[in-house]
Amino acid sequence: MWKYPKSLLQLLSLCLIIIVSMSGIGRSQVTVDITKGNVEPLPIAIADFQGEGAQRQLADDIVSVISANLKNSGLFRPIEKAAFIQNITDPDVVPRFEDWRLINAQALVTGRVVRANDGRLRAEYRLWDVFGGDQMSGQQFFTTPKNWRRVAHIISDAIYERLTGEKGYFDTRIVYVDETGPKNKRVKRLAIMDQDGANGRTLTRGSDLVLTPRFSPTRQEVTYMSYEGGLPRVYLLQIETGQRELVGNFPGMTFAPRFSPDGLKIVMSLQKGGNANIYSMDLRSRQTTRLTNTAAIDTAPSYAPDGDRIVFESDRGGRQQLYVMSAGGGNAQRISFGVGSYSTPVWSPRGDLIAFTKLSGGKFLIGVMKPDGSKERILAEGFHNEGPTWAPNGRVLMFFRETPGASGGPKLYSVDLTGYNERLIPTRSFASDPAWSPMLE
Amino acid sequence: MSSSAIAQTGIRISANSLRAVLVIVAGLFLAGCATKKLPTNSNDLGLNGAAPGTHQDFTINVGDRVFFETASSSLTPVAQATLEKQAQWLIKYVNYPVTVEGHADERGTREYNLALGARRAAATRDFLAARGVSRERMRTISYGKERPVAVCNDISCWSQNRRAVTLLSTPTG
Repeated sequence: MWKYPKSLLQLLSLCLIIIVSMSGIGRSQVTVDITKGNVEPLPIAIADFQGEGAQRQLADDIVSVISANLKNSGLFRPIEKAAFIQNITDPDVVPRFEDWRLINAQALVTGRVVRANDGRLRAEYRLWDVFGGDQMSGQQFFTTPKNWRRVAHIISDAIYERLTGEKGYFDTRIVYVDETGPKNKRVKRLAIMDQDGANGRTLTRGSDLVLTPRFSPTRQEVTYMSYEGGLPRVYLLQIETGQRELVGNFPGMTFAPRFSPDGLKIVMSLQKGGNANIYSMDLRSRQTTRLTNTAAIDTAPSYAPDGDRIVFESDRGGRQQLYVMSAGGGNAQRISFGVGSYSTPVWSPRGDLIAFTKLSGGKFLIGVMKPDGSKERILAEGFHNEGPTWAPNGRVLMFFRETPGASGGPKLYSVDLTGYNERLIPTRSFASDPAWSPMLE
Repeated sequence: MSSSAIAQTGIRISANSLRAVLVIVAGLFLAGCATKKLPTNSNDLGLNGAAPGTHQDFTINVGDRVFFETASSSLTPVAQATLEKQAQWLIKYVNYPVTVEGHADERGTREYNLALGARRAAATRDFLAARGVSRERMRTISYGKERPVAVCNDISCWSQNRRAVTLLSTPTG
């Protein structure tokens, strides 16, 4: 089974060198306009990367991952290799742009993979504007050979950023709940995988029920709920070391945890009798602050990226609705007013939108609205969709969709903010409660 | 499938697994605690093989669970009647610590259902306490929608899952 190296530094020792453009920078015109609803994917040619000997296979694998990433984003259409006219033999030589124009490639990626003298892998790429006849960007990366997937993701992000003008999201991971066994005896384990479903592994053994893992925005750390010892409470887990820690020592069930944007606080619900209120806890001082005080169920809190406000769900008005309050508590304003009830709000990392689960007409929908409650849009419909999480660029969401009945279960899906390009994320078994990591560093 | 058929299926399973244990437990009490109100011979074993004061007696003759309407933690008249019987039984047999489990059906979101299950468990516990069962004997736990007993995609299953179950622990003293 795949394992992360012990030292994160080792993992992250990806050196980056900008490859100087060979034909001057600027004048490039090729960009993807991603502000429209259903964009026409940009035709892009990804030529085979050069690679000798043991690097040949790695070069092909890296190209495959880059191609899949760009295709899965819904914004690019990698052109079949069979259509290529020019066979790129030297990625440092300016390509014959006319050959690539003929097959209508708007952009071209070339590259190579070599083994450096110190045993590390050197992967480099160049991105060309075919119709502008220009190099748009070029970089090389050094890493250990087993990190080849990360290099492929980083190159994918660089291409995505250069062509869309937005941050990428390919070099990220997903923590989620892996579900096995029959529906009335589900075994649930925390699990982690790359954003594309690769490199999956479980983080807990399955002896205790675990729910709602959430990534720290600043560290390789997860907060989640566990029934360990028969007491349902919120924990912290260090992903690299496996070290676990109870968050606070509250008298009742603690649940629905989430980090503050600076990673220094956890906000969560504390159950007392029939009602649940929201508390924050400073992870350094261990000081807890009560943020709501009602006889209702106040839960699923999520900070705005500036840390000033918190969105949460409450049934204080009868059914579950979304409310926004200041991060110190108080002055909660209801923001959801559509037909149905609303829950699991999650503030976008860009701050401009709040994603939610909506229960309406017997269906569970995924949608987004502005923080003032306006401009509600539904992105995914059906029998049961739940629990959205944002990619760090605020452009793509992931959620789980449950199929009904005894043999049914949840699977993970991603969808573009526009509501297009819904995709199943491959997992080894049923999967729920996805949480997107920040960009790896 | 009707809801009562499902409930009986659940009971039959627990009765089978309990039967062997029951004989052993009864034997132990005969040896060590002859003064207590426990079955002293096989004639005391009532219908269904449930001896008074046993887990099985509670589950079969009293009813260990109550059901709720969608998104509600209000105790229905049927639920209240069951809990009245539970309270009488628990007051009679004072040595059982009690755990009240609250559950929700799958037609809700995860976090809310955790709180809803807790609310149902608390409502059940509070009713029993108001009828004289000591609060110190009772703890509550919510499993939200994580532990369904019925798994079909049907209202009959969902209504079976919206429940609070009164679980007896090993008797003290």
